[in-house]
Amino acid sequence: MQSLKRFNWTDVFMWVVGAALLILTIIGSYLTLQQGKYTTVQWFDLAVFGLAQGSVYALIALGYTLVYGILRMINFAHGEIFMSGAYLGYFVATSMQRSGFMQENPLLGIALIFLTAMTTSAILAAILERIAYRPLRGAPRLVPLITAIGASFFLQYVFRGLFGTQNRAYPEIAYIQGAIPLFGNFQIQKIQLIVIIAAAVMMAALAFFVQYTKTGKAMRAVSEDKSVAALMGIDVDKIITRTFVIGAALAGAAGVLYCFMFRIVTFYMGFIPGLKAFTSAVLGGIGNPPGAMLGGLFLGIFESLGPTLFLDGLGIPAPYQLKDVIAFTMLVMILIFRPTGILGERLSKTKA
Amino acid sequence: MNKRLIALFSVLVIASMALAACGGAGGGAAAYECTDAIGCVTVAPGDPIHIAYALTVSGPTSSLGEDSRGAIEIAIADRGGELLGHPIELSGEDTLCSAEGGQAAGTKLSADATIVGVIGTNCSSEARSAMPLISQAGMVMISPSNTNPDLTNPDHPDSHPGYFRTAHNDLFQGRVAAEFAYNELGVRSVATIHDGSPYAESLQAVFAEVFAELGGTVTAQEAINVGDTDMGPVLTTIAAGSPELIYFPIFEPEGNLIASKSKEVSGLEDVILMAADGLFADTMPEATGSAAVGMYLSGPYVDVNNAAYGEFLQKWADQIGGVPPSGFHAHAYDATNMLLNAIEAVAVVGEDGTVNIPRQALRDALYGLSGYAGLTGNLTCDANGDCATGEALGVFQLSQAEVDGAWPPPVFWQP
Amino acid sequence: MSTQNQFNWKKAIQLGAIAGIVGILIALVGMVETFDKRDIVAGAISMGWTMLLLTVLVAGYFSASHQTSNLFRLSASGITGLIFSLIMSLLALLVENFDLRQTLVNASPQLIRILTFENGIPNGLISLIAITTIFGILGGVLYVTPSKIRKAISLGLSIVVLLGLLEDIIQVTLAGLGGASSALAWMFGRGAQSGLSITGAIVVFVVVTASNLLWDVNAPKINSQVEKMPANRQRSLRVLGYGLIILVVLYLPTLLGLYLTEVVNVTGLFILMGLGLNIVVGFAGLLDLGYVAFYAIGAYAVGVLTTLSGELSTSLGWNFWLALPVCIFLCVMAGVVLGIPVLNMRGDYLAIVTLGFGEIIRILALSDFLKPHIGGSQGIVNIPAPEFLGVLLNKPQTLYYLIVAGCILALFISQRLRDSRLGRSWKAMREDEDVAQAMGINLVATKLLAFATGAAFSGLSGTILAVKLGTIYPHSFALLISINVLSLIIVGGMGSIPGVFVGGLLLAGMPELLREFAEYRLLIYGALLVVMMQVRPEGFWPEETHKRELHENEHIPAQEATS
Repeated sequence: MQSLKRFNWTDVFMWVVGAALLILTIIGSYLTLQQGKYTTVQWFDLAVFGLAQGSVYALIALGYTLVYGILRMINFAHGEIFMSGAYLGYFVATSMQRSGFMQENPLLGIALIFLTAMTTSAILAAILERIAYRPLRGAPRLVPLITAIGASFFLQYVFRGLFGTQNRAYPEIAYIQGAIPLFGNFQIQKIQLIVIIAAAVMMAALAFFVQYTKTGKAMRAVSEDKSVAALMGIDVDKIITRTFVIGAALAGAAGVLYCFMFRIVTFYMGFIPGLKAFTSAVLGGIGNPPGAMLGGLFLGIFESLGPTLFLDGLGIPAPYQLKDVIAFTMLVMILIFRPTGILGERLSKTKA
Repeated sequence: MNKRLIALFSVLVIASMALAACGGAGGGAAAYECTDAIGCVTVAPGDPIHIAYALTVSGPTSSLGEDSRGAIEIAIADRGGELLGHPIELSGEDTLCSAEGGQAAGTKLSADATIVGVIGTNCSSEARSAMPLISQAGMVMISPSNTNPDLTNPDHPDSHPGYFRTAHNDLFQGRVAAEFAYNELGVRSVATIHDGSPYAESLQAVFAEVFAELGGTVTAQEAINVGDTDMGPVLTTIAAGSPELIYFPIFEPEGNLIASKSKEVSGLEDVILMAADGLFADTMPEATGSAAVGMYLSGPYVDVNNAAYGEFLQKWADQIGGVPPSGFHAHAYDATNMLLNAIEAVAVVGEDGTVNIPRQALRDALYGLSGYAGLTGNLTCDANGDCATGEALGVFQLSQAEVDGAWPPPVFWQP
Repeated sequence: MSTQNQFNWKKAIQLGAIAGIVGILIALVGMVETFDKRDIVAGAISMGWTMLLLTVLVAGYFSASHQTSNLFRLSASGITGLIFSLIMSLLALLVENFDLRQTLVNASPQLIRILTFENGIPNGLISLIAITTIFGILGGVLYVTPSKIRKAISLGLSIVVLLGLLEDIIQVTLAGLGGASSALAWMFGRGAQSGLSITGAIVVFVVVTASNLLWDVNAPKINSQVEKMPANRQRSLRVLGYGLIILVVLYLPTLLGLYLTEVVNVTGLFILMGLGLNIVVGFAGLLDLGYVAFYAIGAYAVGVLTTLSGELSTSLGWNFWLALPVCIFLCVMAGVVLGIPVLNMRGDYLAIVTLGFGEIIRILALSDFLKPHIGGSQGIVNIPAPEFLGVLLNKPQTLYYLIVAGCILALFISQRLRDSRLGRSWKAMREDEDVAQAMGINLVATKLLAFATGAAFSGLSGTILAVKLGTIYPHSFALLISINVLSLIIVGGMGSIPGVFVGGLLLAGMPELLREFAEYRLLIYGALLVVMMQVRPEGFWPEETHKRELHENEHIPAQEATS
């Protein structure tokens, strides 16, 4: 890791680029704020929206990070796991909506949608792990990566074949629509609040699970050293399957939350959120659950506020088109100065 | 061993091709003398009349391709799968909504001399690279959904003889939308959003240009990316210019998200929403919910009370199942019928049932098409290949009924 | 060993159930119905049924492998086949009695008609059960036949299926070769569904099977005869072989006709990129998921420098040959500039950052911000085709030579680099960066040289793409291209130069040929990647050291060194 300790021209180059970007960002933000095009309420709205989006990213990112922590592999098919939950949840949701069950028992209905989605995702992930990943233990790291990419295409197109190409619309559940007024002109959409709270609760539950339960402790042990964990009497394969299942259940829940917000299910819907979640996981320090949460929230807020704040003032047309440029540039900058992400890498080491 | 197998296999393949190249003698000459400038297709008795599609049937835009393909299949089934006593063979290529895809598909189709005509492409980028090849091969191509003005602009290098379309040129649709907004709705300030697709970008550019010409103000021309979900920021930026109308000729699901989000952004509560045929799909109002009520869509003029369209939907439900997944099926259906009718009109049928189809005559027949009553209105092709002009376009307004599942919406206004 | 003589019920039933699930999946994703429109053997067997029957055949084969005696083997495969057929019948009954199409779009009446051979539910089901069970047993029979014959039969069957699949392309190609199509007309069926004719299928099967058996018997003899020859005879034989290859390469476009040449060209562009990425990932071990960035930079550079459209802020209208070196230089610079930030990153961090670079380049190309200069979403149109010695390179058959020249150049450079001091430094760095540095290798220079060389090849590929298409759009430079190139070099064999060619043919050439079955292309592609990584993780044509690593515990027979 100390390979480039010497002061040399590459470092100079990086510092110059970094400084230039920082200055541009500051000038852009200053100009935007000075123009006063946007009110405080609008800034608040943007932040809340970013937070909701980021919560979903964080939930998906947890699946990437848990698996990475244990197997050191990027489960590229995780985005499709997320999609599968949302898809099956859609069928349950529409049938309940049509029969009127949803209108009578909204809470029970929502719980059923979550249950379906989480179970579907979990089962699919378990099957995937058993068939595709388990035989590859010990293979060089590119082999599982390619397998995961293959599995991702396969699942996407199986869903396309089974359920067709059309966009399907989640029913509008009256119970979770509308806005909650806060102080002054500030308000928050009910659904955004639900997403943020639900994600926070699930992440807290996961943190508790990893920290205190027997399985959680076993997961940490396996992530530290598989062979030693096996010597201690831990069934490594079982723990790995459980890790996949937990990550997938979170992704399934994220799928439902995502569909509550955006209300569209398609067979390719998993790809971009998957990519963003993967980015979040790396941003926070891959293999590290709190890092994934932080990375997700960070990315969500940056995507929401960044283009308007940094670029609008510079007079760049259609700044919002460039939000991924901002997100990825930020990722590069953070990784240059902290090569293992914001919080560092390990699942096993608890961080403050 | 395996390396050797691979080597052996490649040698075998190459050798068999070389053999194939050497062997063989010429076929017999047909009795019919072809005098057509660019040749004829001769279909022997019992052989099929071969037409093809070049559509985007995989990837995120596959609903466009599936939509068109289903309509082509229905149009063929309507004739019992036969034309002039020959079975109709439909083969097809995926074009992937990209220039490379278009070129590969175009090369493959143009290499097959039995093909009479092609229905396609879906995306204008595909047509740019496919059409030179298809035109060179003497075939005709009728697109159900290309809208880029260059393709039928005789001064542009990307326009080629033998190209037709039943979709409306952006110049036309953009102008109609702008005129509707300015004259009918009386708005004076608009903002536009595109999604980086050549289609949406070009359409909003025409809209903005015409609207400014008419004397209106364009407060912002914004853009999002395909796959974006968070529409708050872009709408907040637009709200800063407080336009009366937002024009976003984009696709699902991004269009739905813009529509539903717009009602939540402060400053845009009363804004008028207007989109184009990219959002003309039955899932749109359902997925958008109450925010879609009152929204305007420009799109192919399809009369709900038109019995033929109802029948078409019924056939779709019977033969393919469900409802058409996108908005260009009627165009594809009309395109196929135009092609088959034209073939029927120009074909020379021999005594033994041999059919000869002169290619230039087929093109001329299509260029001369006028007043064909299709599902998308009365189609008349001009000398550049644009067949959807005049009354083929309408503006629709969505109401609560569409949100509850009724489709398609009633026509609100026609140019 | 008490289980020695017991019938393994569990495996037989399990495999039947798995095959049944696969069969249901094949049916419900719509493959049976879509592929029913194409015959492998005209009038006898459609592609849809081929898939189902191959599934049960393979299941029967594996079912037999778990038993101890031949009688058990055959009955086990029969049971597997029977269970498969029962599951498929169940599916047919379900689809018949419930309307599932709201959810499962392909559970259509047409599917039942195909599954029951158009005979309706009770009668058709009997034939369904009988035929699939027989195929299960055939799988068992295949297992008990001696391995040489089995190999020959499998090869014969695969060639029949392959020829049946590619029938339309072969026909079109033959039609372009004068009378060849009428001379071989007996081989192919006629009409809309045509595949091979029944005679054609039988002849092809017999010829392939027999020649394979003969080859197996005679190959050792021929080999030993060649080895016995004096050295100068061996050399002249080799020269003859090379001469033949050069001749074939030169005449290929005339032989292949328009479309197949286009397929070769597309494959060539991917091979060119693959050779570049092979240096970055295969030699130097730097996992790059944003390789498409350089492809885009190459294409856009040529576009901006040579376009005649007049829609951009600059209108240079350069000649292609003048622009080419400038573009390559730009790509090399881009390789260095994008390489510097990732010098310190390893493994998956490197992967995501390079992926980010690829996306950044694509989004910038798409953006309204840069639209005046590089065309935004409308891309750059009207890029003129290059002219070489008075020949306009605007057709697949002429562009072919440009692409082949590019590939040969890249091939030559990679081969020389691989055996050079730099190549060894790359490999050392791939194995262990820290040790490599300790051995005195300058990591910064070595890494940047890998990125720069890779970028140059990819850029070259991009420039050719731009003049080949005549128009370029930002959408052509999606992440999928990077993934495809990476998969290509891994399927071929990482770090292996011939592997790039094999991977290119498989992952760029084959999908291009099977364009017709587009909807299922990525599905099959995905399944292929998964299966491939389980069965042959080292790739089809592995580099020797890499293969040894993957099979550390297995005994590898010493092989003669081949270049």
